Amino acid sequence: MNLFYKHTSRRNLSNTILTLITGLFATLAVLPLILVILYVLIKGASQININLLTQLPEPPGDDLNSGGIGNAVIGTFVVTGIGALIAIPIGVGGGIYLAEYSRNGPFSKFIRFGTNVLSGVPSIIAGVFVYGVIVSTKVIFGSNFSGLAGGIALSILMLPTVIKTTDEGLKLVSDELRKGALGIGASKFITITRITLPAALTPIATGIVLALARAAGETAPLIFTALFSFYWAEGSEALLEPIATLSVLIYNFALEPYEAQNKLAWAASFVLVLIILTTNIISRFISKYASSK
Amino acid sequence: MDKSKQVCKPQNKTTISLQNVTISYGKFEAVRNVYCDIQKGKVTSLIGPSGCGKSTILRAINRMNDLIPSCSLNGRVLFEGADLYDPRIDPVEVRRRIGMVFQQPNPFPKSIYENIAFGARINGYKGDMDQLVESSLRQAAVWDECKDKLNDSGYSLSGGQQQRLCIARTIAIEPEVILMDEPCSALDPISTLKIEETMHELKKNFTIIIVTHNMQQALRVSDMTAFYNAEIKEGAAGGKCGYLVEFNDTDKIFNSPVQKATQDYISGRFG
Ligand SMILES: Nc1ncnc2c1ncn2[C@@H]1O[C@H](COP(=O)(O)OP(=O)(O)O)[C@@H](O)[C@H]1O
Ligand SMILES: [Mg+2]
Repeated sequence: MNLFYKHTSRRNLSNTILTLITGLFATLAVLPLILVILYVLIKGASQININLLTQLPEPPGDDLNSGGIGNAVIGTFVVTGIGALIAIPIGVGGGIYLAEYSRNGPFSKFIRFGTNVLSGVPSIIAGVFVYGVIVSTKVIFGSNFSGLAGGIALSILMLPTVIKTTDEGLKLVSDELRKGALGIGASKFITITRITLPAALTPIATGIVLALARAAGETAPLIFTALFSFYWAEGSEALLEPIATLSVLIYNFALEPYEAQNKLAWAASFVLVLIILTTNIISRFISKYASSK
Repeated sequence: MDKSKQVCKPQNKTTISLQNVTISYGKFEAVRNVYCDIQKGKVTSLIGPSGCGKSTILRAINRMNDLIPSCSLNGRVLFEGADLYDPRIDPVEVRRRIGMVFQQPNPFPKSIYENIAFGARINGYKGDMDQLVESSLRQAAVWDECKDKLNDSGYSLSGGQQQRLCIARTIAIEPEVILMDEPCSALDPISTLKIEETMHELKKNFTIIIVTHNMQQALRVSDMTAFYNAEIKEGAAGGKCGYLVEFNDTDKIFNSPVQKATQDYISGRFG
């Protein structure tokens, strides 16, 4: 009997071949990701300088100086921030309801189903919805396109993720912990706010950060709502006026026939990818930090 | 089922009185027709084969069964004369007076200090917190092991220490009664002995009711013992229904039990 490994045996041969094939497909799967990031970094990084981040974009046509993307960077943070301000309280509250209060009845099943549906809704639908309900009707102080409307559209996209991660994060918390708190006379509210929610903070925070990262890069919902602006968002009614964002700037300028504007779009792509990358790394960091504790 | 009725000794003060208590999960009756008067300042142990409803009875005393949607109770549970299942009763208030220690040590993911302070604070404790933390840990016989690392996580302790931390946390809310559901079943013998010593200390200030599957432990720690058993339910298909067989002083239960089932159980013939 020979126990040595035989390369040529049928079994070992097919094993090797299949391993190679899966390796090839795995490479193919990550290749686009790496290429996109590399391409954007190379095309965009060369455009980056301090003026770019502090100046306003110039209207297309003036080839000599295209200006910067300062207002769009701020706008992206503002609009995403508004979305977060709306989506986090509602989403976390909804998640708490599902995990801690509901008894798995038809109502909570309906909400869970709705959440899943909502997370699959194309982002452009969220934009059209907010356009129809808020922008075209001018219900918010008579304003038309606005940063506020943009934030609301983004919050619709963040909501399902926030609800789901809160729900699932809380369900991971051991029931023993809840019983422990209730067993020493904590009310349900205290148990949730002081024991269960802190225990589930890591997955919830991670989910929220990922939702933010996703929303920050959205274009379609903003075209119908936040629109674009060549100016800084200033004054007391800044949020009620159109606001520039990186994604819409890219959408507008990448298609311009002018070289200078195209470059600006690349620069904006670079900054946007950087922001999203950083946010994702932060979310990794949160879960690493907490799991090492 | 009148054999389960026991007359309590008149010279002792009853703090908890179960009167014809039947507890069901949905349609399934887990324990039936329990009469039992628990005396103040004593350690009472509940023994019996598993599945006979000891935990169910224990949870009924501080309304932890409320957390199980299908669970319902018939009969009366009196605590210092008040019916705990009166609709006007606030279960949170009940659990502040009747604290509970669970089978698995379940410290909060907080520092040792905060584990103790948390319950006291939410119960409106206004005194010196440092002092309360120390005295609670001392009473639970875990102070020496904790005093140098009060700011470490409760999870940094061993299983036995965690369980004593959980006992300390319950002591800190200054309840009148402490319920313990098999508090030593997840622990090694040395931790078990430590916790038993703790109980002798606690007896001075608290009424203790402990579920245990360890008869030696019941013998060592308790003044009174209630023996529960389960029997095949008449009529209904399958399922056993628990009932209280005998309730008496611990040494009577172990030395001269009245019921044959008790005799069989303590001599290890079944269960
Ligand atoms: N949450 C529950 N839901 C349904 N049935 C339960 C539940 N808890 C316990 N039971 C049933 O009640 C009976 C008594 O259980 P339990 O009180 O845990 O017994 P013990 O603590 O004496 O082992 C068992 O038959 C068990 O299956
Ligand atoms: Mg039990």
